[in-house]
Amino acid sequence: MMSFFKSPLFGISLILVIIAATLPWYVSGYILGLLTVAYYFGVFAMSWDLLFGFAGEVNFGPTFLIGTGAYTAGILNNHFGLPMYPCIALGALGAVIAGFVLALPALRVRGPYFGLTTLVAVLILQSFIVVFADLTGGEIGLTIPDVLSIDAGVNYWIALSFMVISAAILFGLSQSPVGLVLQASGQDPVQAGALGFNIVKHKLAAFIVSAFFSGLSGALLVFYFGTASVGTVVDIAVGVQVIVAAVLGGRRTVLGAALGAIFLIVAGEFLRPTGELATFIVSAVALVVILFFPGGFLGSVLSREARS
Amino acid sequence: MSSTQSTAPVLEVRGLTKKFGGLTAVKNLNFDVHGGEIFGLIGPNGSGKSTAMKAIMGIERPTEGTVRFQGHDVAGMPAHRIARQGFGMVFQHSRPLNRQTVLENIMVALLPDSLLMLFPDKALTERAKWIAERVGLGEVMHRRPPTLPFADLRRLELAKAIARDPKVVLVDEPFAGLTLAEVGTFSDLIRSFRDEGRAVMLVDHNVKSVAALVDRVLAMYLGEEIATGRADEVMRNETVRRVYLGGAIETSARPEANFTDKVPLLQVENVSVHYGKAQALDNVSIHVHQGEFVSIVGLNGAGKTTLFNTISGFLPYTGEIVRDGEKLRGTSAAKIARSGLVQCPETRELFGEMTVRENLDLGGQHLDPAEQQKQLEWLFDLFPILKQRQGQMAQTLSGGEQQMLAIGRALMMKPKILILDEPTLGLAPVILELLSKALEKLRQTTPITVLLGEQNVTFALPHADRVYVLEHARIVWEGDPGRFAAEAGEGYL
Repeated sequence: MMSFFKSPLFGISLILVIIAATLPWYVSGYILGLLTVAYYFGVFAMSWDLLFGFAGEVNFGPTFLIGTGAYTAGILNNHFGLPMYPCIALGALGAVIAGFVLALPALRVRGPYFGLTTLVAVLILQSFIVVFADLTGGEIGLTIPDVLSIDAGVNYWIALSFMVISAAILFGLSQSPVGLVLQASGQDPVQAGALGFNIVKHKLAAFIVSAFFSGLSGALLVFYFGTASVGTVVDIAVGVQVIVAAVLGGRRTVLGAALGAIFLIVAGEFLRPTGELATFIVSAVALVVILFFPGGFLGSVLSREARS
Repeated sequence: MSSTQSTAPVLEVRGLTKKFGGLTAVKNLNFDVHGGEIFGLIGPNGSGKSTAMKAIMGIERPTEGTVRFQGHDVAGMPAHRIARQGFGMVFQHSRPLNRQTVLENIMVALLPDSLLMLFPDKALTERAKWIAERVGLGEVMHRRPPTLPFADLRRLELAKAIARDPKVVLVDEPFAGLTLAEVGTFSDLIRSFRDEGRAVMLVDHNVKSVAALVDRVLAMYLGEEIATGRADEVMRNETVRRVYLGGAIETSARPEANFTDKVPLLQVENVSVHYGKAQALDNVSIHVHQGEFVSIVGLNGAGKTTLFNTISGFLPYTGEIVRDGEKLRGTSAAKIARSGLVQCPETRELFGEMTVRENLDLGGQHLDPAEQQKQLEWLFDLFPILKQRQGQMAQTLSGGEQQMLAIGRALMMKPKILILDEPTLGLAPVILELLSKALEKLRQTTPITVLLGEQNVTFALPHADRVYVLEHARIVWEGDPGRFAAEAGEGYL
């Protein structure tokens, strides 16, 4: 792990973060707003990679965790008038509880059924929000009285710091002994079991960590937007975007996932003048990367290093 | 050392039974393994030896029986708990962490089963280094697994298994894929585990390959014990000889000169195949004449399936495969099969949720309806049981019936050359007789050319016109089945 601090990856990350931190002094509020959202998405994607890349479990419903965090925080703020920061903390807690309740039975089923379970969970959450419209704001969305900040620069810095801290924790975790055991469990569960590791325990822990960061990021995002709606934090399409970002950035790299998320959101926005074509172009690029460079942006670089 | 070689066995297995649905894979197995002893569990493919080992390790939950480790029962515990009691297992296939170094891979095996281990412990690194040196990975401990030769990857498996100093070491096919020189080194390593007082249990196909290493052997067949004792005793045992070599084998070979085609129908010339770093076929050459019945005899892992898959066009190879004077290289597997070179694979590959009839119809898909009907009637005459089972789902058939269906489906393609890979796998003797009769009928009444791969010599020899013996990826003997027992049989036990 110490070797990371000496590796070029660390130097490059540090430079990128420093450049990113200075952006508010010379770019427009519009771009800052775009990147703010991208950074929260980066955390979604990194949390997802912890499950897919390391635990080897495909969670088709990242938005179940994100949405639970976002709506828990939003409802507490809107209906119960709780102050913002307790709401955010409780949102993360809500996601952890929901993740635990989902993962405990889901991790007992094998193969594609785990993924299907997580997918169904999103649909359940979505219908819950629509049905209990009085509580959740339904299809119109939920207004959030409090906001993180009204200053674009401050919002941007909050999002950037949050992403950098999350990245440091998630990446550190993935490189720690626990991360190695998790990776072994994902790659060869039978052998990891025979080496004396309780696979369900490790995967459950990974799911909880993933849920915590997803929920926290979801909660922060609604306090940035000032609203919570199905279309922004729950819809399957949002989940697909998170998954594509993580795969694009590079499986089993954590940091790559954040790059992938930023790329997806920024590219989508720059292509906006092309109208409907934007989604098509971004999806096509994603498809090409997945088909021809399954390692993703960062994965290809890292595996070349591993072979040398 | 002497303190660990106490009289009480480290591992006591009693009445161990494992059932998968209606199939009993392991039946009432009893044995002890002492500290400082190497114990071999031997049996042909499908005999249940690997299942027995997995049941001891907790990877499969035993249906019945006890596995006592140092006096207390561990049967039914999950693998990770059994491992923590003092068990280590060496897997035949492994998937190391490719982005981590060899040393880090060994470190993983040393870690506690705790979620709080966030920082690597210096002491663990030292211990991992010591283990790497011990198994001969000292030179390469800072390299990553994808850059290592096959033997070193196997060493890494040994290292991981002994990392936490287990009292019981289970080894699955210790020498699979290794060269002769490497076999010597690995034997020495396994002996050193014994000399440290560990109880070592090996699983392998035949007595011969591990005879020099083991102290005692238990031979299994169809899930049951057939003999236990010193290796040489077990090799002399009548039942064991019958299982491996068959009793008096009647052969009915037609001499090769009888086949009048000047150029053999199928020629495999100097074919080599690699799986990553492991060599699966080494310069193999065989030929088969029109109408001939050729058996390829070899133990599991010798390369039979690889050879057949290469002929069927599934694997890249060096050398040439020639059929009717034309090179097969570049022809797709589907085209090879449709042109009449049909394989009935070892794993049967039936469509489990389709009926028997649907499976057969898929085989005869390319025939016109009248021809298909005719072929089907001929087939039902060969395997009458399939006619009765037509409407039944394939996965509900018994093992023997499934095998008949697999052969039947291949025959529905009207093959000119039929490749049968291990049709006897895991089948009871009475079923073997039925299959044997069907093969004889094929030989007598049709012009089909048959290439049969078998480890069961009793089954492979009676119909064969010619026999090849495949061992460690090479053809080591070729000849007439009548001479097999005298010339090649001894090496086969």
